[in-house]
Amino acid sequence: MSTTQVVEGIDGTLTAQKGSPPRNVIYEWLTTVDHKKIGIMYIAYALIFLLVAGVEAMVMRIQLAVPNNHFVSPQVFNQLFTMHGTTMVFFVGMPILFGFGNYLVPLMIGARDMAFPRLNAFSFWVSAFAGLMLYFSYVGASGLYAAGSAPDVGWFAYAPLTAKVFSPGHSTDYWTLAVFLSGIGSIGTALNIVTTIICMRCKGMKMYRMPLLVWLYLVMASLVFVTVSPLTAAQVMLTFDRYLGSHFFDTQAGGSAVLWMHFFWIFGHPEVYVLVLPAFAFVNEIIPVFSRKAIFGYPAMVAASVGIGFISLSVWAHHMFTVGLGAAANTFFVFATMVISVPTGIKIFNWLATIWGGKVIFATPMIFCIGFLFQFLVAGLTGIMLAAAPFDWQLGNSYFVVAHFHYVLVGAILFALFAAFYYWYPKITGRMMSETLGKWHFWIFMIGFHLTFDFMHIPGLLGMPRRIYTYEANRGWGEWNLIVSIGAVVQAIGLLIFVYNMVHSYFRGKVAGHDPWDAWTLEWATSSPPPDYNFAILPTVKSRRPLWDLKHPEDPDSDYE
Amino acid sequence: MSLFSRREMKFFSKFRSGFVRLFLGAAYCMPLGSSIAIAQSPTNIFDPAATPARSIFDLSMLVLAVTLAIFLIVSGLLLYALIRFRHRPEDAQHEPPQIYGSNQIELSWTVIPVLIVVMLFLTTARVILGTQAIPKPKDALNVTVIAHQFWWEYRYPKLGIVTANELHIPVSSSADANPTYLNMSSADVDHSFWVPRLAGKTDVIPNRVNTMWIDPKVPGLYLGQCAQYCGMQHAKMLIRVYVQSPADFAAWVNQQKQPARQDFAADPEAAEGQAVFMHSACINCHAIAGTAATGRFGPDLTHMASRDTLCSGAIENTPQNLRQWIDDPNSLKPGSLMPAMHLNNHDLDAVTAYLTQLR
Amino acid sequence: MMRDADAIAIDETLDPSETPWTLPYRGTVGMACLIVAESAIFIIFVVAYIFYIGKSLTGPTPAQVLELPIFGTVCLLSSSITVHYAVAALRKGKLRACTVWLAGTVLLGSLFLASTAREWYHLIHDEGLTIQTNLFGTTYYSLVGLHATHVVVGLIMLALVLGFSLFGLVREEHAEKLETLSLYWHFVDAVWVVVFTVVYVLGR
Repeated sequence: MSTTQVVEGIDGTLTAQKGSPPRNVIYEWLTTVDHKKIGIMYIAYALIFLLVAGVEAMVMRIQLAVPNNHFVSPQVFNQLFTMHGTTMVFFVGMPILFGFGNYLVPLMIGARDMAFPRLNAFSFWVSAFAGLMLYFSYVGASGLYAAGSAPDVGWFAYAPLTAKVFSPGHSTDYWTLAVFLSGIGSIGTALNIVTTIICMRCKGMKMYRMPLLVWLYLVMASLVFVTVSPLTAAQVMLTFDRYLGSHFFDTQAGGSAVLWMHFFWIFGHPEVYVLVLPAFAFVNEIIPVFSRKAIFGYPAMVAASVGIGFISLSVWAHHMFTVGLGAAANTFFVFATMVISVPTGIKIFNWLATIWGGKVIFATPMIFCIGFLFQFLVAGLTGIMLAAAPFDWQLGNSYFVVAHFHYVLVGAILFALFAAFYYWYPKITGRMMSETLGKWHFWIFMIGFHLTFDFMHIPGLLGMPRRIYTYEANRGWGEWNLIVSIGAVVQAIGLLIFVYNMVHSYFRGKVAGHDPWDAWTLEWATSSPPPDYNFAILPTVKSRRPLWDLKHPEDPDSDYE
Repeated sequence: MSLFSRREMKFFSKFRSGFVRLFLGAAYCMPLGSSIAIAQSPTNIFDPAATPARSIFDLSMLVLAVTLAIFLIVSGLLLYALIRFRHRPEDAQHEPPQIYGSNQIELSWTVIPVLIVVMLFLTTARVILGTQAIPKPKDALNVTVIAHQFWWEYRYPKLGIVTANELHIPVSSSADANPTYLNMSSADVDHSFWVPRLAGKTDVIPNRVNTMWIDPKVPGLYLGQCAQYCGMQHAKMLIRVYVQSPADFAAWVNQQKQPARQDFAADPEAAEGQAVFMHSACINCHAIAGTAATGRFGPDLTHMASRDTLCSGAIENTPQNLRQWIDDPNSLKPGSLMPAMHLNNHDLDAVTAYLTQLR
Repeated sequence: MMRDADAIAIDETLDPSETPWTLPYRGTVGMACLIVAESAIFIIFVVAYIFYIGKSLTGPTPAQVLELPIFGTVCLLSSSITVHYAVAALRKGKLRACTVWLAGTVLLGSLFLASTAREWYHLIHDEGLTIQTNLFGTTYYSLVGLHATHVVVGLIMLALVLGFSLFGLVREEHAEKLETLSLYWHFVDAVWVVVFTVVYVLGR
């Protein structure tokens, strides 16, 4: 970005000087190292995969709507749930959250870019390649002559089902390599986020003045390198097993299937927090703005987030209560898992206290946050049920668990993401999303969500295990599954309204201006969309809510901190 | 705030009351729905029939009560706050008072959850120890469970019985405690043994022996299925546990101990089927006690006609089904490791006739 | 309703107590993050090694075939000292000394690699131990190999810097960057201490 090419407007907008050559838009996006463009690409890429994995879910729900259904073959079904899970975790959840982080973190700490812009672009393109490679398995896994061999080992790919004998061909290799590469990209971006937060803050932005979103991204990114790395290591071992003939998970040669479970869940459980912490982050920004109050108990929120980060590293074996680890180990992991509900509870109560005494404005971002609060509460409570190990011996690997974690992933994380879309869309595009369509989206999606995931708990309680392509008619699961499938259709309609709203608003939306929500953090201090360099002059802050200080010079936050 | 038109606000408030109604409606419907379900499902975890499942049931009632109470309190507070502190257009001029936190209040909602956690933890620990850390009675029946893709092998080491897919155990009344211990391992990949009315699930893992015990109080048939994804036919790796009175169980044991029927003088078709069986690839995978068939990859067929179902509980054991199964296993259970035997129609009938005689 | 908050706080001055505003060097922080991530990877391989000690179904066992790689260890650990002196020299602007210390580091690192190569040759050629032989072979080659890979990466980067400095392109202002690289090298050394302890001391 050469400064001679642009004229900086007083409001920080960028005007190309007349006579500068027209830019090649595609080339510009492909080669960009700008954190905002990379963030948008991350989000767009994740949304595409969200639709793909959503279609996979729909096909599964059609298959399970009635007992003994023959809509898809067993193999196709097994591939569908493997691809759905892998895609949603690695190619929807992670990228979309990294996308928002990329976009927002530098803006919120008053920086002009990430600490390592080129590493940022590298990480994105590696992740993007990984996603394409995973889906290339549909045509390439056994060579082109035997197309259609996508991975079918489940998203946690328990050994030894992944060994060459039980999984011949290359479908599992596509899974391993795609996850490995996505891990490289994730570690790169996480490293970038941490370094950006530590080294790029604007003047006066001390750690305790950072917006909570930035804190949560700091914790999330730190968790990424201690958790995604073990997964990466385990994928290397699995690849060695499959290609070099080593025996890490080869039970015939004395290897251990349980070791893979440990390695996977050391990644897998903190991964849940990697996904949910950014959701907390969005809610932490949105609830105060629409309650017109500062967040209640900022230090406690920070402490709870860091606490969740640490405790989440010691709870992985609650995924393994049925493995036979022994009474002592089970008891320990019950305790660790239940303890994590304490900092999580603090967060919920602090959000409640933020709303308490405020003036709650029910704009679309806020109602999605309200949905988040109720659904996250339920997800947490079913989590406590699962944390009680004996109860988990019944519920583990059943549809109850599937309902529980979808309550977290959809009811909490996706709702928070929708809130984030409605909240920051004006900043990213310069236009507001339609409120009317937003409300339609919310209510339809919420009804669909509850139809699907409330009722999905019940077949689990009635003994229905997950990952079965069909079920017997005499088990009493049929009615419940039908309701669940109908809910999925309703959700799909809600999602389509959202997509339409995004496209429609991009062209027809109300012009947003730089600060449509009357908010308080730095990203609203620059124009919408922000110029390439974010801030014409780097800001200086004196409190957690710099724009509040500016708008209320008579009563600035800096007097209270 | 001029963000929303009056129409939009009205639109929303209409839905809000809708939400409350929906919420209350759901709250009323849930117990009703669940009680209907209980009547229907043979695999309901809330209908325990053995001690392990019973102690889980008791714990689950406590956990459900605690979590329900928490849900009602917290969601009630949230609803109250959202309604009470909603934005009112007549008071749009001023921001509400800014409150940054309160140590006392935050401390209280840290301490109360800690107490609840400690209570739940201690109760849970007691159930864990009561199920997993109690000594095994000397006279307990031992069954070795070996999971295969996609069927179950059951061995009774002390009784010298080998069978498949249908587990027979004696009832364990409170007067005459007679628990069954299952020592479980896998021949290939990970599986999980789950019969919801008897006990929680226990994973069945290669190169590792896991143990669980059950003591069903009422005779009957208890259903379950593999609960760890194990490959293509994970869905049809069903479990059937026949709990029998002591007399019935003794009779069953007696019958299973007999060698396989060999004399088919009265039934030439079965005799021919026996010859076909013994000279085909069947014997590489299947065992029939007392004959040349000693394979171990597939289920033991010594008394296969005495079983109610075929291919791990997926289909009823009728001659037609059996014939189709031998002819083309993929038509009934695609992905099953049994190959199609490519027998001609005559041989197919003969082998079917032979196998249906193996009572 | 909307206020013009653009280019906020330009004129606000900081409290005297808050100046000067300095933040850590991003290279150092980035490298620290990388080291944490890499440590997690090594921990997993070390755990696998420890978990499988004595669980091989067939020989050879570590006690039969492994010898203490004293020479290589001494070389690698001393290279940590030389790289430290290279950074110190560059900080003081002693470019010639920096080049010499760098050359020493590259030499010592290469000697370590050579000793590992000799050990592997012995194990594969004379003892017949490969990654396929048993669990010991599996975990040994992957753990030591993972470490050796890191040594190779570090050596390539150090050799590049050495090349630059031979052409006089490394100057005093690059001291922070060289220090970042030296952090990586120290990390590789520290990992070796762990690998040595686990593989050659505990594992035998």
